[in-house]
Parts: sequence; structure tokens; C-alpha cells
Amino acid sequence: MIIDHPLLGPRDAQEFTYLGDARLIERPDWQAADAAEQFYDYLYQRDNPAGEHRELWFHEQGDRSWLVVTRNTLTHEITKVEMARDVARAKGRSK
Amino acid sequence: MSQINRLSGGLIDRTQTLDFRFDGKSYQGHPGDTLASALLANGVRLMGRSFKYHRPRGPISSGSEEPNAIVELRTGARQEPNTRATTAELFEGLEAKSQNRWPSLAFDAMGINDRLSPFFAAGFYYKTFMWPKAFWEKLYEPLIRRAAGLGSLSKEADPDIYDKGFLHCDLLIIGAGPAGLAAALTAGRAGADVILADEDFLMGGRLNAETFALGDDGGAQWAAATVAELASLPNVRLMPRTTVLGAFDHGIYGALERNADHIALPAAGKPRQTLWRIYTRRSLLCAGATERPIAFDNNDRPGIMLAGAMRAYANRWAATPDRKVAIFTNNDDGHRTAIDLIAGGVSVAAVIDTRPDAPRLADCELLAGAHVVDSKGRLGLRFVTVRLTDGSSRPMEVGALGVSGGWNPNVHLTCHHRGRPAWDGALAAFVPGAELPRGMSVAGAAKGAFSTAAALASGAAGAVAALADLGVKARAVKLPEAEDVPVNLTPFWYVKGASRAWIDPQNDVTVKDVKLAHQEGYRSVEHLKRYTTLGMATDQGKTANIGGLAVMAEMTGKSIPETGTTIYRPPYSPVPIAAFAGRSAGKDFRPTRLTPSHKWAAEQGAVFVEVGMWLRAQWFPRPGETHWRQSVDREVLATRKSVGICDVTTLGKIDVQGTDAAEFLNRVYVNAFAKLAVGKVRYGLMLREDGMATDDGTPARLADDHFVMTTTTANAVSVYRHLEFCRQCLWPDMDVQLISTTEAWAQYSVAGPNARKLLQKIVDAEHDISNEAFPYMACGEVTVCGGLRARLFRISFSGELAYEIAVPTRYGDGLIRALVEAGQEFDAVVYGTEALGVMRIEKGHAAGNELNGTTTALNLGMGKMVSKKKDCIGNTLSEREGLNRDDALNLVGFRPVHRNEVFAAGSHLINTGDEANAANDQGYLTSVAFSPNLGHTIGLGFLKNGAARLGEVMRAVNPVQDAEISVEVVSPHFIDPEGERLRA
Repeated sequence: MIIDHPLLGPRDAQEFTYLGDARLIERPDWQAADAAEQFYDYLYQRDNPAGEHRELWFHEQGDRSWLVVTRNTLTHEITKVEMARDVARAKGRSK
Repeated sequence: MSQINRLSGGLIDRTQTLDFRFDGKSYQGHPGDTLASALLANGVRLMGRSFKYHRPRGPISSGSEEPNAIVELRTGARQEPNTRATTAELFEGLEAKSQNRWPSLAFDAMGINDRLSPFFAAGFYYKTFMWPKAFWEKLYEPLIRRAAGLGSLSKEADPDIYDKGFLHCDLLIIGAGPAGLAAALTAGRAGADVILADEDFLMGGRLNAETFALGDDGGAQWAAATVAELASLPNVRLMPRTTVLGAFDHGIYGALERNADHIALPAAGKPRQTLWRIYTRRSLLCAGATERPIAFDNNDRPGIMLAGAMRAYANRWAATPDRKVAIFTNNDDGHRTAIDLIAGGVSVAAVIDTRPDAPRLADCELLAGAHVVDSKGRLGLRFVTVRLTDGSSRPMEVGALGVSGGWNPNVHLTCHHRGRPAWDGALAAFVPGAELPRGMSVAGAAKGAFSTAAALASGAAGAVAALADLGVKARAVKLPEAEDVPVNLTPFWYVKGASRAWIDPQNDVTVKDVKLAHQEGYRSVEHLKRYTTLGMATDQGKTANIGGLAVMAEMTGKSIPETGTTIYRPPYSPVPIAAFAGRSAGKDFRPTRLTPSHKWAAEQGAVFVEVGMWLRAQWFPRPGETHWRQSVDREVLATRKSVGICDVTTLGKIDVQGTDAAEFLNRVYVNAFAKLAVGKVRYGLMLREDGMATDDGTPARLADDHFVMTTTTANAVSVYRHLEFCRQCLWPDMDVQLISTTEAWAQYSVAGPNARKLLQKIVDAEHDISNEAFPYMACGEVTVCGGLRARLFRISFSGELAYEIAVPTRYGDGLIRALVEAGQEFDAVVYGTEALGVMRIEKGHAAGNELNGTTTALNLGMGKMVSKKKDCIGNTLSEREGLNRDDALNLVGFRPVHRNEVFAAGSHLINTGDEANAANDQGYLTSVAFSPNLGHTIGLGFLKNGAARLGEVMRAVNPVQDAEISVEVVSPHFIDPEGERLRA
């Protein structure tokens, strides 16, 4: 597979390490009243879609960027590649 | 006598003669020959024995689809089993051997299997070798393996080099027959970056095997001229001897180039084979077609081959399997073989055509509406039996039979992304389906354009279309005039009533086996394949699968397309494991990382141990020490008595900088770092988000906005990756930067009562490292040995007064020598990982055995460290009820009740009086060592509610070694429980 890195252009998937569902960015608030429930969902309740999936890839043998890759799990077609940091900020994450 | 079946003409170089050997006998051939063509020319039809029945076999094809002529090539370490004689290029001195026969090819003792064939039908193994279970491993499997052998391995290391390579192109053209050449010419002249790959050593495909004219030339001449022009174009890369083995994601293709298989030895330093990864923008599959046989009883005798192959041997290699042959066909193309062989001076007894209205095309007898129903000849064909239209039989004395059941487009690569082929009723064959791998198109016979003119035109058009897709305008090239005969065929798969009629000769699957599979309910093609092993041999059923489908379709009353095909998977043809490995063999597979003190340690005769990729000194034997324990005990005792030095460079080091660095560490460790003073170190425990301990280390604050943290050796990479995840994905606006500095610093532990005295000789005098100025858990930047910058940390893994000192890695060798010299007056020792382990167990420090992925901070006795005033990774889920039960495991120490007894790590803890079973399990031992300071075995382990059970006596049970030792639960801190030595 080829991942079109937003900063570096097309790179072979072999340079990357896979983590999983990009939802891992949405780490719950530890002080929420139902934090335990939310963390349980966050860590264990993952979708496993046959189709489009947003997932985290780490450019370990490259610039060490975490990327959010939108990949079709049936065809491996990649339709979008974003910097995970940008995605996190768009989700309202900051410090 | 030699080359009795060599005809005239052909594309071989008769000016040179090559000597080669097959089964110890000498033969001659010519450059341009394959092993199979040269053997046929020498009158050798018998080249192997079949897999199951050990039936005598000869080649049925002239290419990579060959199921029968499977041989062992070369000798010694280069011996290579299971290669196809039909693709092995002949070279001077080639040594080849037949396989799966004993004692000889002509007399094979296991040929008895053929007589026992009623017992070896499909499913035989499943049905027969079931019971008793124990017999399987000891009796049945070895027996089957011996009987059903293929080739044998040399069992020596492969002496050759295998390479990997990476190529990029606009257009990859797969196959250099008429379609591929026309496409390459079109795209090449248009200036596109083109790769033209073909598995054959001579490009041209069927043009080299036929006698058609192309314009004013023969096909082979046109192919040669075209290849010459392509070779002159700088934007075209010609890759003969290169099999494109698979279509992978995003336009990436795998290809195996056989750089040196056609010569006796690869040139020095040059690879034997190269596995290419080809990144393409577009690809054009011009893989041609494969002929399929017609099944009849005993259709597997040497001499019976595909009609197109027989024609290829005659036209390209000037070889014939016999001087008297017959043809059995269901289509016009089969007749071409008769025409060409007659022209070559071979006697063709008859063309037997299944079609009652078959045209008479060749100048020989035509038996229309007739069938070949049987054959005779022990080691090669002698007679065929022909059943005529009136039902009468006619024996025909021939030494070879060319069979044609039509041609199958080579759709394999079109299906590598799980697309399915479509059925073309006119061709009675599968053609590429609608769903192709993205960027791929198909031309020529591979998509059913079978005539030469159609292939040329579709290749050229395919290239124009592919380039247009890329925005490159290609002009149509002038193509030569060529034959344009339509396919004329009536499907005919097997002779009715046939039973021992081979469909898959390599795996010995017959018509009868397919019928049996149907009878027993294995009717889906995937079940049929697995039950009978149809198409599962090294040829993957290239000539066989369609025949099996046809029989099954008939049995189930469905059509062939309704019956469907199995899934085509890469590789297209077998690829040696060595090619997949490439240069990643031996030490290059897993490089060794050496510590900065390695050279010095090797000079001392250290014993090394692999720790991940690192090679670390395990202990340093001294003269007279014959057992490792002597060395390790000495190193431990000397360290605790005076001072010891250990290389701890392998621990991961991560430099953390930025105004939010302290807050960042607060979030990734369970304990607080925000208020850690500059110049101080603190132990830190790291959890996974699920609350399990994952790593620990000793972050040191060098400045307000600058920490250096450490990780365990094993987790250096994964912790770094995790921290980057936290930084980029969870807290993207934190001002914090990370970099791994593991290899930038050489780091040594100096431990023992005299550690400070030793270091005061090394650290430059202006740095006060007295206990008052540089207390326990202090850190700072110093200079050593007269000005060399260094970092000093007062931390201790051994429990002694101890420091770790780091210098830039290039000074590591110098520093170990300086430390050892400075330590002489204190009788300093250098200790290895064993002594390191003993001392940390004596001190009760957790390490990898305890941080094993299943333990929490509570289990490790560090529950109170988890700050509840702040968030950190794992904090919330570590509070889960199940992880905080009253009987949760606690890390405690163990010693034998009878001090001379020894127990083992991994032993489970059982209460006295309880039966030793899983239900009564109280915990387990994680780390065990002999303590030379205490004089007995000690251990660390996890015990239910262990912290409250000190003093209890229980049993350490080790069922693996049938051992049971009485142990006493004690504090994990065997040495200096109050920590006075640390602060001395």
C-alpha cells in the first residue's frame, strides 16, 4: 500500500506502524461523572467496519508523524490522509 | 545416437554445444534449449514420477504451467528441488536429477502405489489415517512424507545472494508476446516510462513458437526486431526472465527476476535472483493463454502433451517427443500442430477430432467425431486406442500425442484483488471479469483476443488507452499484417466413461476422484479443491482446474460458470523463500547492536547474551572460574563489598523538552512530576490505558523545561511511539518535543560502597559530588576526565550507593577503561546482566518479569503511587473493581524453608495441605536467583493478598519438573530494606 503523507508525499506502507481506530484520539475526560463507562467504551468498544475506516498510522521509519488514514478495509483504497494532530485539534483537543 | 529427436530449424544456436547430465547420464543440447527441450531432442520423454501413484511422467507443456517434468537442479549447496524442466534454461555443465523415485526413474519401488490406486482415492488420508490418534505423528505422517515426496533439500546454507529492488514506471506491461510487444512499442515510442516483463528468457511469447508470418517476416523475426528497437529506447526497461507474481494494492506489483539461473554460477557479488517491487501508474496484462488438455484413461504417459507445446518444441526448439505422433483435439488450433510437425518431417498418424464436422486442415488422416480413449506404454507412450464414430476401436502406434482442449486466458493477475473472471461461451473459457485491480487493463490472448492480429491490435490499443488515462498522447504504431483466424471449438473436457483419466497430474487427481468428491458431498469448488487437492500443487492447476470444474459441473447439472472458480492468489508461479528474504539473512535479518563497552568486554573474555537486538555482557569469567555461578557470585559480592561497574547503555533514553514537559510526564506516569525540582530524579511507573503496568524508568529534570527519561531496554521503541501518540493525538497543543537519545549516550552504573570514591577520581574536581552536595536521586551535568561533558544521576538498581554516568557514545570505550583503571585501588569489578539481575532481585526491584503486561500498580506494591489528583494514562481504568479485589496479587519475596533447597521461576504457589491444581492457585514466582549475600535461593513473585501474608509457609509447585519446595513468604527487600545504603 502507499500512504500519501500530507507532508512527505506518497510513502510505502512498510515505513508505518499501524495502531487502529482513529477514535483513540477522542480520549474521555477523566473527571466526567461516568468516566469509567466512557473509558471502557473508548478502549474496548471498537467498530470493525467492512468499508471505510479511519485509522491511526505512525510514520515510525520516517518523520514520526501520527496520521489519520481513511482506508476502505475491503479494497484498501485510501481516500484521505490527515495529520493526527490536526484531527485532534479539530475535535477540540488542546493541552 | 545423440539428439535423435532434433529437427531442423528452431531458435537454438547450433554453433555451440552444451554438455549436461540428467540422472547421471550425459547429453548434449544447444544455447536456447530448456532442459525439457534438450531431453526431448535426446529422445528422453520420461522425466519424473508422479506425487502419489509414482506414475512415470514427462513434460506436458513448454512453459511455467508444467505439472509433470519437475526436477532437481544442480548439486551440493545449490541443489534446488521442484524446478520445472520446461523453464530451466540449459547451460554448460547443468546437473539435473529426477525426483520422487527410488532406486531409479525407470524402476521406482513406490510404483506399487499405482497398483494400489483404489486405496489412494480422494480423501484417502482423511479416512484411513484417523485412528488411533497417536499413530498419526509416529507412524502415518512419516510414512506419507516418505512416500509422497517431492524433491529433497541440500540441507546446506544457500551460498547465493538474493536481492530486492524497487522500480517505478508509468506503464508495466506483463508479458512480451504479440500484445505485449505491440503495447511496449506504442508506449515506448510515446516516451512513457515503460517496463516490459516476461517470464521467458526469449521475448516474443507464442510468436517464437508459431510459424505465422508477420508482414514480410516470420513472427520470431518481428519479435526480435521489436525487442531490439525497445532495447534502444532509454525510457523502456526490458525484463526477460522476470515473472510478475502478483498484483498488490495501489498499483504495486511483485516480480521475480532470475538474474543468474541460466548460468552455472552467479558472477561474484551478483545476485542469483531479484525480487522487485514495481510501483506502477498503469499496468497492461498481456499474459497470454494456457492450453488445456482433454482427459481420457491413462492420459498421463510420457509423450502425451499439449498440442501447442508439441508445436512449440518443434518450431522454437527443433525438438519432438517422437518421430511418429498423433493429435487429439476439439478445435482447429490442434490441427496446426499436425501441419507444423509434418512440415518438420515428423510423421503424423492422424488428427483425432472430437467434432463430427471437423475440417481437414492438415495433410494427414482425419478421424472426425473420434476419441482417444486409452493409452499403453510402461515408461512412455507406445499406443493410443482410438474409438471411432461407429463405436469400433482402433489401436494406433505412436510415441507422442498432442492434445488440445482449447485455450484458457491467463486471468490470474486480474483476480488478485478478489475480482472473479467471466465466462465466455464462444471460447468456452474464463476471461477477465469487470472488476480488475485499479489501474490494470488486459490485452491479447489474456482477454480472449486469440488471433495474432487481434493480439497485436489490442496490445497497441491497450497502451494508447492506458497512456491517455495518464494524459500522455500515444500515436498508433504501424502493426504488421498477421493471421486472424477465428477460434473454432466445440467444448469437450473428458472422454465419457473415463475413470483413471488425469485432470491434475501433479497431484494425481483423476476424473474418478472428482466424481467421488461429488458423491461424498464436496460439491462447492472450494471443497472440491481441498478434498481432492485439485490445483493445489506447485503449478496451482494452471492446466487442471478447468477440467475439474467441467466434471463437477456435469455431475451437479450446473454450468461451468455457475460452478465458479477458486480464488486466484499470488504468486503466479513459485518463488523461492530465499528471494523473499533477499539480503535479510543471517545477521542482516536481525542486526546486532553493540554496547559502547563491547570491545573492552570482548577483550576481557566476557560471555555475551542477546537482549532484544543488543548483545550485552552476561558475566566476566576470570581464570579458574569454570561455572557461571562462580563469576556471577564474585561480581555480586565484590560490588556490594566495594564497587562494581556495569554498562546500562541499552536502557531507552528519551529527551523531553518544552514548557509543558513536566505536565506531559505527569500525564504519562502514574506519579507526579510537575513539582520535581531541577537537579532531581524520580522513579516513574507507566500504565497502559487499561490500567496495566507497561514500563518504568527514572526521569531526571535537567532544567525547568528539560527532562531525560529512561525506559526499559525492551520497550524503548514502543514507549517512544506511545509518547508521540500522546503528544500528537491527545494533547496536540502541549509545548513538548521528544527525541530518542538511546544511542547518543554511553551510560555506566557505578555501584557499591566505594562508588563515590571511584567517581571522584573521574568527575572533574570542580563538581562536588559529596553526599551533601549530590544526594540520593540527584542529577546534574558535570565534566569528567578533564573536561568531557557528562551527565551524572544518583540512582540505584542494585540497592547500593550508586550512580549512573553518561558520556557521548563515542567516549564510551574510553570511559569504561578509565573507570576500570580508577577502580583498581578499590578492587572494582565489572559486572554483567546476571549480577545485575541478582542484585535487583535481592533489592526487590521489579523488572520485565514483573512488568509482564498482566500486573497493575497495586500488584507491584505501588498502588499508592497512582496519584488521584491528576489524570494519567491508565488512571481511570486502573480503578476497576476487578483489579482492586481484596485478594489481588501482591509482589512479595520468597525463600526456601530449608535453605539449601532451590526453586524455579514460574512455579505456582499452593497453600500447605491443598491439592496442587488451578483452583487452589495462590500466585506464581516471577524471578528467582541464588543470593550469594544470603547464601540461598531467593525469589520474587505475586501472591494473593501477599502483603498481609508475610511469614506464611506454602509450596512452590513446579509440575513441569515435578518439584515441590516449601517456601516462606517474606518482604521482597532481601537486602537493606530501610534503604540506608542508597543514601550513604
